[in-house]
Amino acid sequence: MIVRARFLLVSALAFGGGFSIMSLELLGGRILAPWFGGSIYVWGSIITVFMLALSLGYLIGGRLSLHSPSLAKFGTILAVAAVILYPTVHLAEPIMVWVFERIEDPRYGSLLASLLLFVAPTLVLGAISPYSVRLLVRQREESGNVAGTLYFVSTLGSALGTLATSFYFVLWFEIDTIVTGLAVLLLALGLLAVGAGMRREIIA
Amino acid sequence: MSVYRHLLAAVIVVGALPSTAAVEVLHRERSLYQTILITETRARICMQFSIREQQRNQSCFNPRHPKRMVFTYTHMMMAALLLGEEPKTVLIAGLGGGTLPTALHDLLPQARVDTVEIDPAVVAAASKYFGFATSDRLNVHVQDARVFVKRAVSRGERYDLVMLDAFGGDYIPEHLMTQEFLQETRSVLADGGVLAANTFATSRLYDHESETYRAVFGLFFNVKTPASNNRVILARNGPLPPKKLLREKAAAWRGRLRPYDVPIRDFPGRLSLEIDWDVERRPLTDQYSPANLLRGE
Repeated sequence: MIVRARFLLVSALAFGGGFSIMSLELLGGRILAPWFGGSIYVWGSIITVFMLALSLGYLIGGRLSLHSPSLAKFGTILAVAAVILYPTVHLAEPIMVWVFERIEDPRYGSLLASLLLFVAPTLVLGAISPYSVRLLVRQREESGNVAGTLYFVSTLGSALGTLATSFYFVLWFEIDTIVTGLAVLLLALGLLAVGAGMRREIIA
Repeated sequence: MSVYRHLLAAVIVVGALPSTAAVEVLHRERSLYQTILITETRARICMQFSIREQQRNQSCFNPRHPKRMVFTYTHMMMAALLLGEEPKTVLIAGLGGGTLPTALHDLLPQARVDTVEIDPAVVAAASKYFGFATSDRLNVHVQDARVFVKRAVSRGERYDLVMLDAFGGDYIPEHLMTQEFLQETRSVLADGGVLAANTFATSRLYDHESETYRAVFGLFFNVKTPASNNRVILARNGPLPPKKLLREKAAAWRGRLRPYDVPIRDFPGRLSLEIDWDVERRPLTDQYSPANLLRGE
């Protein structure tokens, strides 16, 4: 029963992480467009930065999972992502003004702005995947199956995050509201895992 | 051109195009931003940015009468000349076949015309098929219009006339339809400078867009034609001129505009101040600009 609850909780966090990553990536294009335009290289900058941040996040998440992994620590990763993500709502404009005033070429301007705005939260979100695998794998034989299931869940989250954001959220909400919503979602999921982890440790 | 014709041409009949005569495809290209289709009928060469039937915007010209402006919306855009003094500096966002930049460059021998076009393939096609050519008074910047305008604001540049004609294809660049963008555009207008925007006459977008312009410019003139999805917004950085003045200007421009086929004397009667949209709709902003979704509703 506890194993099943743990599986559901970790999956929910992986789903929420995947959802947030792609929702944020889509909004990235909107956030940058007023300063750097809608040219193809603006999307190139955003995708580059997200891929780069995710790749580093995977590496770091894997390393973190080596040191007495726990549900509480896992939840902390999401809470940290939320705390890093939320300020972009207020910092995006001054950061883009700063870059716009210094870099004339919108290719490098959009690349630097993407780096400053999106590397940190995306990197932390990237750490979720390998860490979640570590939390659910108990035997070597099932590791591929667990990893596959978690990829499935988090990528499904990404698909839904993309769809929900581009079809509906931008029609219903302002960009800042959506980003705030993502931060709240991540924080809530993170605290849920921290709470569940601490309770289990108390019981144990 | 004839080499191209032999290599690429396929003679097809497209019933939806204005003429039912045979339409020859001179060029078809998937550029980074859109599909560019260059077609030729007996009387005209056209550029369109969609292969959809009855697509809304295209740019055509008649090689035997290259000055004639074929499409009604281009005439409507030229009505901007009625709102202010003769422009010395002109900014046009969206090149198309180059109809408007070329016409204004020829019509206004003292004026400098800056054109901004995001798609290098459009510039190449306009040069190749529409005889578009730059000069010391006519420049093309291959750039996103939003970025160009923002840079122009920070350089402190001013234009007497700004034309927004960037909505050609199936996808609307949403950052070119927001209150912030229009505010920036207003900032590059000289005192009494005029803005002409070729935009949408249908769907929920009409209400949202009208409110966006009203938020930035207050009153503006709407020009519409029955049986067209286009409408042209004419706004001014300053008070709008009275009808009497518009009629005087139209009489003065009439002779010079005749080679372009622009029925300028019709326009003073067609510029409408009527608020015929739902004023409860929220203006589009950089935070909220789902123009493509609103267009579908």
